[in-house]
Parts: sequence; structure tokens; C-alpha cells
Amino acid sequence: MSTVRVLFVLLGAVAVGSALLVVTTRQIVHAALWLVVTLGALAGCFLLLTAEFVAWVQVLIYVGAVVVLLLFALMLTRAPTRPDPAARTPNAWFAAVVAAAVAGVLVTTLVAGFSGAVIDLDRAEIGGARVTGGAVFSTWVLPFEVLSVLLLAALVGAIVLSRRDVPNRPRDAEAARDTEPARDADDRERSSS
Amino acid sequence: MPLLFPLVVSALLFAIGVYGVLARRNAILVLMGVELMLNAVNLNLLAFDAWHRDTLHSGQILALFTITIAAAEIGLGLAIVLLLFRTRRQINLDAVRELADREDTDREDAEVRR
Repeated sequence: MSTVRVLFVLLGAVAVGSALLVVTTRQIVHAALWLVVTLGALAGCFLLLTAEFVAWVQVLIYVGAVVVLLLFALMLTRAPTRPDPAARTPNAWFAAVVAAAVAGVLVTTLVAGFSGAVIDLDRAEIGGARVTGGAVFSTWVLPFEVLSVLLLAALVGAIVLSRRDVPNRPRDAEAARDTEPARDADDRERSSS
Repeated sequence: MPLLFPLVVSALLFAIGVYGVLARRNAILVLMGVELMLNAVNLNLLAFDAWHRDTLHSGQILALFTITIAAAEIGLGLAIVLLLFRTRRQINLDAVRELADREDTDREDAEVRR
């Protein structure tokens, strides 16, 4: 029991410390890499809280997919690899005040509400693939299906947003009309010569 | 294990995410702050699931659903960021203020129309 406690404190400290580095580092690519450390430490916390399946899903989707997507986006937007002095707004002190207020309110509320509560991990059921799968496909099957529709909608939306050749946009149509006669003339010249 | 450990970790992570969203200018770094906040919520859900010893496992299932929604959100968000980069050649959020309610933009628009 005490090993679990020590491990959780260590993993929590790693998660919070690397999360601080995610939001404060001036090297933009390093922020994505510190995010990997945060999410990995959180997956360890999930394992300690008996949520085995959620921990592996966290590793697969967050560390495997989301961070890779973020790194791809950083490369596609030509993120500077040197420290970027403009990574933070001049009003960051106000953001720090707001964040400190949020942390203060949440921590005092939680300490006031749950200071004596103890999680009995020895009697808890391990949420492995069998248990979680049974719960998803019996009680929670309707929200599960709705989520699959949401994922499909997000997929279609992302494709529509990132397409370059959407035909029925008025400005594109105008541009095509403006350039087409010129191109025809070029073609005619080239074919005659 | 005391319930307070995961709850305090998740509250701190949420506050750090709030700081990231408010203080960063790069749109992708803002999305990273959103991810931190969503993960704080997941930790909270799992902690309460283990505390209640819920037979329906609602906390764990909701955490799975949150991860799914976060994946959809990051896909759409990055598509929007890339569209912004393609049209403006930058993703500095302080420079994207076409929708701001200012009087001088009205004047500029009137001049352009004239």
C-alpha cells in the first residue's frame, strides 16, 4: 500500500513538473516532447488507480497519435527550432494570476471536501480489457455509438477544412475566371509557335 | 491511498493548462494547454471511479469517451490551425484579430470600398 502511495506521489510530481515545462519552455518543439513525459506519467497514475485499459488507451492515443499530430503540425507551420522569445504574450503575468487563483480555489475546495477520504485499492476491481469491454458494450453502448458518429463528423470536418481544391467557393471561381482567358491565350501562342 | 493525492495532482494540472491556454501565443501550444486540462479531468474521473468502486465503471468509461473527444478535438483544431497558417502565413494568435470589434477596422473597410 505504501509503495503505491510513494509511486503515485513520484509520478504526480513528474507529471506536474513536466506540465509546467510544457507551458513555460521557449523551445516550441521541446514543449511537445515534455507533453510526452506528462502524458506518460499520467498513464502510470491511471495504472495505479486500477484503470488498466484506460492507461493503455492513453499511451496509444495520446502519446502515440496526438503528440505525433502536434509535432507534424509544428513542422508544417515552420515552428522555429531555436528559443522563440515571442512564444508567450506580454500579458503572461495576468495568465499566471488567473492560473494561481484557479489552483487555489480548486485545491482548497478539494481539501475541504475530501481530506479524510481513502481509496481502497485492494478491494477495487481492476479495469482490464474484459471488465471495461463488458461495461462499454452493455451499459454504455448508446453513448459509444454516438461517439463513433462524432468521430466520423470530426473526420469529415478535418478533411473539408484541409482540402485545397474546394470548387464552389466564390472567390476561387472568380480567380479561375480571371486567369483562364490568359492561360488559353498562352496555350494558343505555344501551339502556334 | 488518500483520495486527495490524485485530486490535487489533477487540480494543479488543470491550473497549468489554464496558464498555457492564456499565456501562449502559438496556436499549437494553446492546444497543448487544452490537452493538459482534458487529462486533468481524466485523472479526476478515474480517482472517483476507484473511490466509489463503481460497478458500472462510469468513471473509466467516461475517461475513455473524453480521450475520444480529445482526439476529435485535436484533429479539427490542427486542421483549423493549418488553414490559418495557409491563409495568413503565421499562427500567432495575437495577430489574428479580424473579428475584433474595433472602430478603425470599420474605417479601413470603408476606405477599401471607396
